[in-house]
Order: sequence, then C-alpha cells, then structure tokens
Amino acid sequence: MFARGLKRKSAEDGEDVEGGLAGTQATPSYSLQRQSLLDMSLVKLQLCHMLVEPNLCRSVLIANTVRQIQEEMTQDGTWRVLAPQAAGRAPLDRLVSTEILCRSVREQEGERPAADVGDGRTPGLVPGLSAVPSAQALRSPQSSLWEVDSSRENRGGFQKSLDQIFETLESKTPGSVEELFSDVDSSYYDLDAVLTGMVGSTQSGHGSGLQAFTAAATPPPGSSCRSDLGELDHAVEILVET
Amino acid sequence: MAGEGPARGGAGRGSRAGAARGPDAPGVSAGAGGGGCPAGGNDLQWCFSQVKGAIDEDVAEADIISTVEFNYSGDLLATGDKGGRVVIFQREQENKGRPHSRGEYNVYSTFQSHEPEFDYLKSLEIEEKINKIRWLPQQNAAHFLLSTNDKTIKLWKISERDKRAEGYNLKDEDGRLRDPFRITALRVPILKPMDLMVEASPRRIFANAHTYHINSISVNSDHETYLSADDLRINLWHLEITDRSFNIVDIKPVNMEELTEVITAAEFHPHQCNVFVYSSSKGTIRLCDMRSSALCDRHAKFFEEPEDPSSRSFFSEIISSISDVKFSHSGRYMMTRDYLSVKVWDLNMESRPVETHQVHEYLRSKLCSLYENDCIFDKFECCWSGSDSAIMTGSYNNFFRMFDRNTRRDVTLEASRENSKPRASLKPRKVCTGGKRKKDEISVDSLDFNKKILHTAWHPAENIIAVAATNNLYIFQDKLN
Repeated sequence: MFARGLKRKSAEDGEDVEGGLAGTQATPSYSLQRQSLLDMSLVKLQLCHMLVEPNLCRSVLIANTVRQIQEEMTQDGTWRVLAPQAAGRAPLDRLVSTEILCRSVREQEGERPAADVGDGRTPGLVPGLSAVPSAQALRSPQSSLWEVDSSRENRGGFQKSLDQIFETLESKTPGSVEELFSDVDSSYYDLDAVLTGMVGSTQSGHGSGLQAFTAAATPPPGSSCRSDLGELDHAVEILVET
Repeated sequence: MAGEGPARGGAGRGSRAGAARGPDAPGVSAGAGGGGCPAGGNDLQWCFSQVKGAIDEDVAEADIISTVEFNYSGDLLATGDKGGRVVIFQREQENKGRPHSRGEYNVYSTFQSHEPEFDYLKSLEIEEKINKIRWLPQQNAAHFLLSTNDKTIKLWKISERDKRAEGYNLKDEDGRLRDPFRITALRVPILKPMDLMVEASPRRIFANAHTYHINSISVNSDHETYLSADDLRINLWHLEITDRSFNIVDIKPVNMEELTEVITAAEFHPHQCNVFVYSSSKGTIRLCDMRSSALCDRHAKFFEEPEDPSSRSFFSEIISSISDVKFSHSGRYMMTRDYLSVKVWDLNMESRPVETHQVHEYLRSKLCSLYENDCIFDKFECCWSGSDSAIMTGSYNNFFRMFDRNTRRDVTLEASRENSKPRASLKPRKVCTGGKRKKDEISVDSLDFNKKILHTAWHPAENIIAVAATNNLYIFQDKLN
C-alpha cells in the first residue's frame, strides 16, 4: 500500500486553486491513491471481528471516510466535464485540498450526490454518469474508462457494504454477523477452519488470533478466499485423519 | 521541565535545552518529606522511581494494562488489564531512615474483576478487558472503586483485615463445629492481631444497561451517582441501585444507517453535580445540564473548533475524533485529546480552545500508513497535574509528552527499561522530522508504533506520575528533596 503517508501540499505555482474549476483536479495518480484508500476502507469494514463485537467508533469513522470518497468521486463525475484536460505533470501527493470547498458550492448549485447511502438510490449518480461520456472525449479513453468503471462498481459495491455494516451494527438478530458475509462462502466464518488454517499462529487469545487472520487475509473476501479456505479445509482434513 | 521550546506548533524550534538540568533543580516550592505542594508551574526534573510488570519480550495479551487511576489521596494506584484483573498499589509510608526518597508503591491488592462472557443472543464474546477504573471518595476505612468492561460495571470494596477473633464457643480454631453437649463453659471471643489481609469483594454489579461498548464511567461530585457512557447512550446510576438506571443521553438514530457520530468519552463536572460533558467522534464536545430535562439530548453548550480548510483531507474527521475528555481540577477548564493534539477549553468559550498543544505533529504526513495499520484509531488519554498547571499525554515508541501551561514549554520523555536506574533523571527525547538526524534524535520512521502509551495518571497532589507502557507500569517522580 502506501509506503509514505499521503501529504497535503500547499498549492503550487501554476495552479489556480481559487478558481476551483481549474484547480487541483484528480490526476490519475491521485485517483489511484483515492481508489486504493477506498479499497482499503472497504476491506477494513468487512473484516469485522467475528468473536467480539466490532468497534462501533472505528466502523463509523471508516464508513464516513468511504462516504467522503464517494461524494468526491461523484463530484468527479461531473467535475471532469468542465475541468480542462490535465497536463502530464508530476502528480501531487495530496488527497483533497481546497477542492472540497469548491465542490460543496457546486453541490448546492447543481446535483446533490447520494447523501443517504442507506436507501440504495443514487440520484446524484445519474447526471454524473451521463456526463461522463463527454468526459471521455476530453481525456484519453483508457484512463477515463477505468475511472468510470471502477467508480461505478464501487458505488454499488460499497453502498451495499455500508448497508450491511450498519445492519450488523444494529445487531438485531443473531444472524446479523452472517448477513455481513452473506455473499461469501459459509466456511468463511467457520471459525475452526479459519483458525486452524493459520499456520504458526502460536498465541492464544482471540485478539492475537484475529490479528493473524487480518494479516493473512489481505485480499478482500471473495472468490479468492473461498479457494484458499477450500485448500485449508483440505489440509485440515489430512491432518486430522493422520 | 527541560523544555524544547514553545508549546504551540511543530517540530523543535529554537535551541534544545541541551543536557538535563543539574541535580539542584531551581527553586521549586517543596515541603519537607512527601507532603510538598504541587510545583507545577516551574521546571520539573522527572526521575525514574519504579517499574511494575514482567520484563520479558513476549507480552501476554492479558497483561496489557488498559487503565490507570490514582485515588483521591494518591495513596492508592489502581491498574486494570486486558485479562480483567485489577491490581492496586499502595504508597508506603515515609521511611524515616531515608528521608530523601518518597514512598514507594507496592502491591496492595490483586483481584479478578471481570471474566470473559459469551453473549448467546448475538453469538459474540464480551471481553473482560477493564476499560476504566474510577475511585470513590473514601468515606470509611474501606476503599471503593468502580471498574467496567464493555458491558458491566462493578463496585468493589477493598478492605483490610488485621485482626481475627479467637475463642468462639460453637466452633474450634480450625472452624469445625463443636458438639454442643461438650460445651461446659462460655467464653467471650477475643480479637487477636494477624497478618494484614486485603480483601476485595464485589458489592454491586450494574449490568444489562448498555447495548454498545462502555467507554467511560464518571463518579459525580454528589458521591451518590455516577454515569456510564457507551457509543450511543449515557446512563445515570445511583450507587446503591443496580436494577435501574436513567438514560440521560441517547444519540442513536432511528435508522442505524444514518449513524455518523458516536460518543467517545464522558465526564461529570468536578463540582457541579448537574453538569457533565461528552465528546464525539466528530471532534465536538457537548456540555449538558441535567436540570434542564430528563433526557439531555439538547446540550447547554457546544464546543467545536472550526476546521482549518487548508488542512482538510480524507483523514480530517478521523484525527479530529476525541479520544478523551477531562475536566481540570478547578472545574474551569476541560481538556480534550484527539489524534495529534491536546486542547484546553475554557468552559465559558465554545468557539475554540484556549490552548492547543501538538503531541506528534510529525505523524500528519504518515496518516495514510497509520490508517492502514489501524494506529489512527488508537485512543490516547490525557491528564492534568494536581494544580492544573501541566498536562500529560502519551504517544508512540513509549514516549509521553508533558506541557507546562504556564511556561509554555513541553518535553518528550520515554518510559523504557534502559532509563530504569533508581532516581535516574529522564532525558528529554526528540523526534527528528526531516533533514539531518542529530545524535540522540530518533527519526519518525524508526518509531515503534506497537509501543504506545495510551494511559497515564498524575498524582492528585504531588508530582508523581504513572505511565502504562503495554504490560509495564512506570512510576516517575520529580527530583525534589
């Protein structure tokens, strides 16, 4: 991931931050970093502790971060239409700067991004998506396509995740934790399979066990996890039989 | 204290104070022996006093200290750990043979406060980790404290027994019942001295009142009630009543999907029994008056510092989340700790803090890595000195920071076994933020983020501090007498 923290640098020469429009737009590396942050955040939200209830404060803070990224990416959808094509200059190591301020003004004027991610509707997305094709004309098709596709699928993806997260946090039903992993193979939260699969996990206590698990499961839960667990199950079977 | 420069703002400005001050520290007001009034405002020289805990590198998770608290007199020092145990240290009486050394803290009582539980309804474990300990003011020979884990608060009575009765009529010395027909004479039992035994017994158990994880407890100045706060609610209890509590704050939204803010800490005002504050994950503090209504959802005062637009990032909200809030002893100020700074607020001014002290500003450029390894969610506590003239909080690499509010000087000290010679002065530490690293400085990238000092406590009257470094408890005193 990031070897260094992402710095916020003050506005550099040649950049008209005040104008807002031509300001610090999302250079490809910035979008990459932002995408990376989004992925990281989603992984963090989904890797909830299965033994102990998740830390609500941490989950809320991560969810808010995801929302912020979503709002900015939504704005980017319309933003790129108006922003002049980025010159291929050195990318800035910044996440957000005064852009946010400028964008909030835009928000009031025009479309509102999906502020309520809970209801599953994203009115703000529609104008954003429709504006994107024209953005493609401005930028190299390849990069903008990637950005559009990833942002689109991510909007769907993490809204679902956010819904699931907060339903789980509500903890109404005993199966609430399962809901969170409803799209994952059931062996995912078969604790024994997971924990015995951790070779070299010598420490007792659920805390350290989970940390080892977290460290091991760097890819987000999904098909790759299933195949890994399938192998683990197989390995455990062999061990048990001997 | 050997200072590094002005308290405000970033990395070391101005010349370092060089070698630590000499043993003859300049005039700090001090009484003879251990009863000196707090020196606070003048320069202090901190020295190692004691360290408690195992030395070996392999730290058992259960031994990690999770809370530290002095009692009202400072004679008792309680620690709670992740294994649910409470260890209380008591300060020894002054030794006339060694008038220059302050009383040491030795183990007074150890007991298992909380056990791990399993919530069958949710299929989740409830950790036995002690989140907070709060002492009650002493009213008789026994000592009382409240200890809490995520779900249950317990009132413990710690009492001494140094006499036992001998000469019962109905039972033998070893407790066996005597045959009543054999008793031919009656005697009055007499009390005989015995070795001191300290017993801890749970007197009240306050359970089943919190759906979410308890983060704070605070005893009221009326000494009859206390509050407990979890992520979304704050409850008011009477110490005598365990089957009922009043909900005084509830920020749970009807639709949990709309949840964007949680309660992170709460505390009663030290003198006004109707006033309490609670902090949030968005960096705000609300002061509530219980006289206004039964449910204090509407605050009396709202403290928030306006955001600096030029430093906004995706991590702004996370680092603004307040991890601890503490009233000053005077009751006029309160202090909040967020990820990078400590702020002192005047209760009469809601618009912004009156002081801001940077704890480890050099981490601002590392926020993304700290987010990745979850360190950005570490909850540091902070504390006031007895006279409110100084404040202290922890950092990484077993560093902790002290800020003198009068002289505006700050210092970074380290809790480590290397500096563990008796009465050895602590040398100020410095983190190098860029450029050439001077000798004795440590670079940001070399900091050990697993060695975090989250919990510190300051003696209520004297300059004695307790610093919890993972599984070790360090006690430092200032070099007086």
